Order: sequence, then C-alpha cells, then structure tokens
Amino acid sequence: MFEATPGSLTDRGESRTLGAVSGTGKSRIVAMACMAAALTIGCTDRHAANGGRAPETQVSIQNTGSDTLVNLALAWAERYMSLNPQVSISVTGGGSGTGIASLINGTIQIANASREMSGEEIAQAEKNGITPVRFTVALDAIAVVENPHNPVQGLTLGQLSNIYTGKLKKWASVGGEQRPIVLLSRESNSGTYVYFLEQVIRGGVAKDTSLFAPETLLMPSSEGISSEVRQNPNAIGYDGLGYVTSDQKVVAVARTPEGPYVLPSAGTVLDQSYPISRPLYMYTAGKPAGAVKEYLDWVMGEGQQIVAGVGFVPLKGKGG
Amino acid sequence: MKRRRHFSEFAVETLIRILGFSTIAFVLLIFLFLLREGLPVFFEVPPGTLFSAHWYPTYGIFGTLPLILGSILVTLVSIVIALPLGVATAVFVREVAPAWAREILKPIIEVLAGIPSVVLGFFGMTFVAPLVRQVLGAPTGLTAFTGALVLAYMALPTVISVAEDALDSVPKSYRDAGLAMGATRWQTIWRVVVPAARSGILTAVMLGMGRAIGETMAVMMVTGNAGVLPTSLASLFQPVRTMTATIAAEMGEVARGSTHYHALFGIGIILFVLTFLINLAAASAIFQKKRRGGLR
Repeated sequence: MFEATPGSLTDRGESRTLGAVSGTGKSRIVAMACMAAALTIGCTDRHAANGGRAPETQVSIQNTGSDTLVNLALAWAERYMSLNPQVSISVTGGGSGTGIASLINGTIQIANASREMSGEEIAQAEKNGITPVRFTVALDAIAVVENPHNPVQGLTLGQLSNIYTGKLKKWASVGGEQRPIVLLSRESNSGTYVYFLEQVIRGGVAKDTSLFAPETLLMPSSEGISSEVRQNPNAIGYDGLGYVTSDQKVVAVARTPEGPYVLPSAGTVLDQSYPISRPLYMYTAGKPAGAVKEYLDWVMGEGQQIVAGVGFVPLKGKGG
Repeated sequence: MKRRRHFSEFAVETLIRILGFSTIAFVLLIFLFLLREGLPVFFEVPPGTLFSAHWYPTYGIFGTLPLILGSILVTLVSIVIALPLGVATAVFVREVAPAWAREILKPIIEVLAGIPSVVLGFFGMTFVAPLVRQVLGAPTGLTAFTGALVLAYMALPTVISVAEDALDSVPKSYRDAGLAMGATRWQTIWRVVVPAARSGILTAVMLGMGRAIGETMAVMMVTGNAGVLPTSLASLFQPVRTMTATIAAEMGEVARGSTHYHALFGIGIILFVLTFLINLAAASAIFQKKRRGGLR
C-alpha cells in the first residue's frame, strides 16, 4: 500500500505524524485524517455555536499544495473552522507543483506554495482566465544540521556551497575532525532542495550552474535525514527548522568568514541576520473575495499567533 | 434440469474465459501505456546524454547509466548473498531437518515473505546501516551493500521455497541409489540430489532476482540514493541510486508530459525489459527441467 503513491514520499510532515511506522509517510492520508478530525471538531462546535438554531449556509474552501506548509495550513483550518462554523476548509498536501496545477485548472480556491509560481505557470493560468494573486503567509528558516558529536559550530555560506558541490570533502578543512563529509539532501523535487541549491550552493547568482555533488545522498523523507544525522558523525544535512529534532545539532551560519555566526530562530529570521530563510505563500485564483478573503485576512492577522507553535516563523510583528 | 445445468456450465466457462483473456489484455494495455509515456524520451534526449553518467532531472540532465548500473549492482550482490543461504536452508528443510522441525520452519519462512518492505527498509535504515558503517568503517552506512543485504533477506523466502520444491521433485529412488552405492548422507545430498534439482534452483535464483530488482521502498530507504556511477568493487560500499527508487521518489511532483515525466517512464521501460529478460531466463529453465525430467 505504501508503494502505490510515490508522490507522497516527498512529504515533510510525515516524521512527526507517522513517525516510526515508516519514514515514508503519506501526507495525503495524514492530511485527510487530520481533516476528518478537524471536521469533527468543526461540527461539534457548530452545534454549540448555533445553539440549536438552523445552520447557516455552508461555505467550503479547497486548499491544496506544499507539503512544507501542510501542517501549518491544517492548524489554521482547524482553528478557523472552530471559530467560524459555517466555513469548511479542506486541506491536502501533494507538493507546491500539485497545488499550483490545481489552481491553474480552477479546482481549488487557495494553493499553498513554498516557492513562487514560475512565469510559465502564470502564463498557463492566465490562458485559463485565472490571475493568480500571491500572499506571504509565514516564513521558514532552513537549518543546517550535523551529528551532536561533531565539534564544528559554524559554517559560512561559502563553505556550505563548497561542501555541497564536493569541493570540500573533509570535516578537517572546516575546522572539524579528520572525517569524510557525508552530504544529505532531500529529493530533487522538494521545494527545499531547489531553494537550497539556488540560494546556498549558487549563492543566489542566477548565472551560476553549480549542482549538488553526485555523491549527495537524496533522502526520501525528513525522517531519513534526521535518522542518518543522529547516527552518523560524518553527516551534514539541511531541513526546515520546524522539522529539526532535538537530537540533531544545528549549525550557526554566517554570510562572510568574519561572521556573525547566527543560529536559526524566529528572531534571527525576522531581523534577517540568519541568511537561509524563505517566505511561504498562498496563491488565490484572482483577487480573493467573500469567505476566501475573510480567511486569508484572518491567516495573515490573528492566525499568525499559532504559526510559531507549528515550527514556522510568523510574519513581522504579527506573532503571538 | 439438464438444460439449466448446460446453461450454467456455459456461463461459468464464458466467465472464466473472459477473466483469463482480460488478464492478458491488462498486461498488454499496461505495456502499451508504458511505451506511450516512455518512448518520447528516447527522441527528446539524445542517446549519448541518456546513457551518460549524471542524473539531475530538475536541471535537464538525464543520464540513466548510474541508475541502471546501481540497480544491477544491488540485485546481483543480493543474489550472491541469498543463493548459498537459500539453497542451504532449502536443503536443511527438505533433506536434513526432522519432521517436527520442518513443520515449524516452513510456516516461518512463509511469514518471512509476508513482512512488508517498508518495515524491512526501516529496520535496514535504523539497524543494518549503522552496523555496516561501524563494521566496515565506511563514511556512511547507506550503501549498495546495505541495500543488497536487505534485498537478499527479501529474496530469501522465494529462493528457499522454489529451491525446496525443486529438491522435493527429485525422485526418492535417486537418494536410495546414492545411499546404496555407499555414499554418505552428505555425499548423496551434495553430489546427487542438489545437481538433480539444479534447473529448479536456477529458477529460484531468477525469481529471487526478479523480486530484488523490482523492489522499491526498502532499497530507497537504505541505499542512500546518490546518483554516483558504480565503477569499481569499492562502489559496493558507497551509496547508489536504483531505477525503482528514482521512479518512486520523483514521480510524485513531476509535471505531466514533461521530459522528466517521459524519462521516468523510459526508466520504467528499461526496468520492464530487464525484468522480462530475467523472467524469460527463469521460464526457459523451467522448460528445460520439464524436458529433461529434472536431470541432465
């Protein structure tokens, strides 16, 4: 059964929700299970809120996309539905590409994305008479992790780039022990992979055509990375801050060799002293109106209070 | 009464016929689908690139060679491990073990076949991989060898039960003749019974290989999935990326109709052809066995 839908292997939420069972979790099933739970909560609250009155007209919002965002989107949807029982929001994962494709095809109202839409995708959407509108809903720091026994405390972006392109092969050359470096990455279709390649390995230079070294181990899940980092003193990996467990050591990152070396946190992402962070988006089909607009306003306002609890960074000045 | 029975017989016969033909039709349709989705890649990507040494699908580099060699390396090594273990177990179960031990062993071996591959993969990732790293002193435990170990374990039940069947079909008179000639029990088993069953054992190996090369989940979890070209014996103790793991890992978010999409189906075709050849070899071994009554 786990082999049937390979798409879900790229899910980032799995290690927290399915954990030890597989390390190859199923965002969709998780999402659905949570959905079911969310709906149940929504229903109970609806009865309470209406106090026996006839239910108001139901509004339903379809929300699909990024596996990075799926846990956060679910948390928002659950909270919002308990506050507004007449609205039902269904959240599914599947990846940024999946969400954007569904938005283009007009089957959903909100797409979650951990990257911006490409020019090609926007052109496709406009051909279908849909103008996508982008909203930044949260920030995400990408943490660089290593084994707790590794003495290396900090790395510069340049060193990270040289490590991941295979130019530096020994921990000794960045101030560590005489050990080989084992590179860990997420699979190539993950938005995090693309971000890390473009912003860290290529240093944001568009003309740079560097790639991950072929020796890079592409792990199918966050659990794959954390399990290897936990056991192997040679390993280095990266992942969203919300997915880093306490048995991995987070490396401080600096823009230049002079420093400062900064650890990722909500504070350092917001004041932009931590160099590897990215915005997370929700796209709507056209300017949002009605229930979708109300929901997005809530997400970017009051909804920011629950962002930190799910392991992401709330928008500036909005966090609780 | 008689007519009704005729009718029901006709109905059942037709039903069985339809089911039989539809199985063939489904296989054909799947193959056609695979061809339709996969063949374009052989035109979109020049053959020189398609069989080059680097696989960076997100950036338009589709070199399938490391994936093909990765799959072959892991499969071959797994069979090299599984064959002696499997045949020895089959010999023990069929020839040596007392009846009560056989009664216990056979169901246990069948249970072994029922362990889901994710479970084995998880076991491999958390237990076998660190062991391989510590014992061999490799930089990481996620290597082709770890994958081969897990695959060998998965292929074992197939190898054991098919090899046991082969031993079972060796006539009792052979054993009696061997013992009557003054051969010891060991000599009879090793020089008479096993050689007589060798085409069946070959089938066991082929079926085990077929199981191993198509395995996805466990392999993806323990081989490290690094697209490095395995060039020497040392590659065995380095990470590799197999064809199945590549398809499983990348199919999820690939855009329908893109070159990457066609390339994944192209890998599917290559895998299909390889598995087909292995099965063909297994089938011809069975055929040989029938013709020669299990003996040369």
